[in-house]
Amino acid sequence: MTESTKILQVRDLVKFFPVRKSFVESLRGGETSVVHAIDGVTFDIAKGEIFGLAGESGSGKTTVLRSVLMLIPPTSGSILYEGTDLTKLGRKEMKQFRTKLQVVFQDPYESVNPRMTVFDIVSEGLFINNMVASTEEAIAKVTQALKDVQMVPPEQYLFRYPHELSGGQRQRVAIARALVLSPDLILADEPVSMLDVSIRAEVLNVLLSVKQKRGISILFVTHDLALSKDVCDNLAIMYLGIIVEMGRPEELVNKPYHPYTQALIAAVPVPDPMAPKVKVLAKGEIPTNVSPPSGCRYHTRCPIAKQICTEKVPLLEEISPGHWAACHFWSEAYGMYKSGEMKEFEQEIKV
Amino acid sequence: MSQKTVLQVENLRMYYNTTEGDVRAVDGLNFEVAEGEVLGIVGESGCGKSSMAQTLMKLLPSNGKIKQGRVVVDGIDITNMHDGEIRRKIRWSKIAMIPQGAMNSLNPVFKVGDQISEVLRVHKGISKKEAMRNSKALLQLVGVDPRRAVYYPHEFSGGMKQRAMIAMSLALTPSVLIADEPTTALDVIVQAGIIRLLLALRKEFGMSIILITHDLALVAQMSDTIAIMYAGEFVEYGRAQQVYGTTLHPYTLGLLGAFADISGPKKKLISIPGSPPDLLNPPSGCRFNPRCPYAKDLCREKPPVLEDAGEGHLVACHFWKNIYEQRMEGPK
Repeated sequence: MTESTKILQVRDLVKFFPVRKSFVESLRGGETSVVHAIDGVTFDIAKGEIFGLAGESGSGKTTVLRSVLMLIPPTSGSILYEGTDLTKLGRKEMKQFRTKLQVVFQDPYESVNPRMTVFDIVSEGLFINNMVASTEEAIAKVTQALKDVQMVPPEQYLFRYPHELSGGQRQRVAIARALVLSPDLILADEPVSMLDVSIRAEVLNVLLSVKQKRGISILFVTHDLALSKDVCDNLAIMYLGIIVEMGRPEELVNKPYHPYTQALIAAVPVPDPMAPKVKVLAKGEIPTNVSPPSGCRYHTRCPIAKQICTEKVPLLEEISPGHWAACHFWSEAYGMYKSGEMKEFEQEIKV
Repeated sequence: MSQKTVLQVENLRMYYNTTEGDVRAVDGLNFEVAEGEVLGIVGESGCGKSSMAQTLMKLLPSNGKIKQGRVVVDGIDITNMHDGEIRRKIRWSKIAMIPQGAMNSLNPVFKVGDQISEVLRVHKGISKKEAMRNSKALLQLVGVDPRRAVYYPHEFSGGMKQRAMIAMSLALTPSVLIADEPTTALDVIVQAGIIRLLLALRKEFGMSIILITHDLALVAQMSDTIAIMYAGEFVEYGRAQQVYGTTLHPYTLGLLGAFADISGPKKKLISIPGSPPDLLNPPSGCRFNPRCPYAKDLCREKPPVLEDAGEGHLVACHFWKNIYEQRMEGPK
């Protein structure tokens, strides 16, 4: 792929948050510890693709999303949006990019103002950015955006308040609010995790049709691997602030190279009573990212960790075209996973 | 399975009285749970599944009234039992619940071990020391280091809090454990650990579990029997293989079509149009008819009853036979 097909290129993105010290601690001096929320993340989003970021809570996926929006300026690294490095821009210069990068939040019950009508919510950005000259023009644009999110007939919804809408409709209003500014990239933070199963699909299909019809790219942050397989074109798995594996989702699910990806997939239940039961292939719980483990961050939980894993950081390398993994022993791990030899951390019941 | 029945629910109706009328949250449920059986109840938010759990536990808010029906636990009819008696004889000891959002159900100002001990001391009247010893054993049982008994809830991770709640619910070895969304808000690897723990406990103690969830995959993994609930009623009921293998009700079909499956090929998810009905004025006839792609006039007029489609597989749909044959003949 040539560079021009990329809408967003994130390079070595790092974000540390200082841990606040108590008064006594600050008198004692010493170094301030930091939370390594993201620690060197590199990925590209092509034009018109849905790029998924998946991981457990605390993996840094939402921090990546917020950094890309420059809502929290990254510690280091670069975010190239069509060649412009957003991290180098001042607040005023950033403003012209704000309409191009739009966000859809997780909870549609919190992210739309209950005292504004659908029209007010969707049109607010148009007026703020002086994108319309008259109310008539705004109504026309809002109507079109509502049509795009399949809220038809739009006239019926224009002057309703959020409490008159279902959860799925609210989330579609939130998408319309993003769409009306004709963005190139939508950043969606767990857009369906608060919604019921039967309604999830309607919101996802709106996102998919927006991508197809308008060629908008989407950064899709999720914790649901099964869902990301059906939605995303490319998927990155994050663990403790780094990307451990990246590729096409069907490929990751069928050929997971990294032991962490394997543990995630083995833990996802399948909606079929005859399917094999879930397995726990990771030891213990996710460590703190104040002082992340040395070497490979996953070595404390990895069933096949060796000496070198505690010392040397594995790099994200392209193992087959478009499929990247960061593990010293990916070949061995994949073989053991496929043959079912990977160690399970079974719950022992001692009475 | 010809095991002992530990829970019988007969024609249970529970309505909430509101100023606008009765909200028919639980509207005529019949089921039995055998010893050691896992019954999964699946439904969307607002279908009455949590209200049903609260009815079984007799933990209803003041406007929640049992209108009709019986709940029999271990041969004891608890429908009209007084609060005090329920507390002494039934709750925790016969039927226990892991509440929804169990992670936030621990009291933040008491140590976890003390909170488990409290259950034991109040119900068994044992000494503080002995209760603490039992609490530590319970924590060990659910896979939490017993030395953590002296920690406060904020020092526990989400998964550990959930395990502590499970330990507490097991304190008096109940016959029936109600798990209301036991893994929502947990990460997937932690969830897998909890699923395996609950299954292992079931095997070890032979207790019955009623699993309440919206997650079709979770319920398939854990349940022997599955009930699909919609607008206060069961629309399909049967052994797990029956419900997933030969799905009969259009609502169940809709849910499965909308649910992402990690094991299958990439598919387009299909939503069910519309949204769940208002239980204040549920639609006439079949409650699913406004959202059903197969609905006909009869569905708007006459409510279907649960009928046996063969080998105990129950379905409440006028046209289940036609729909099933239609699906078997041609591609969807």
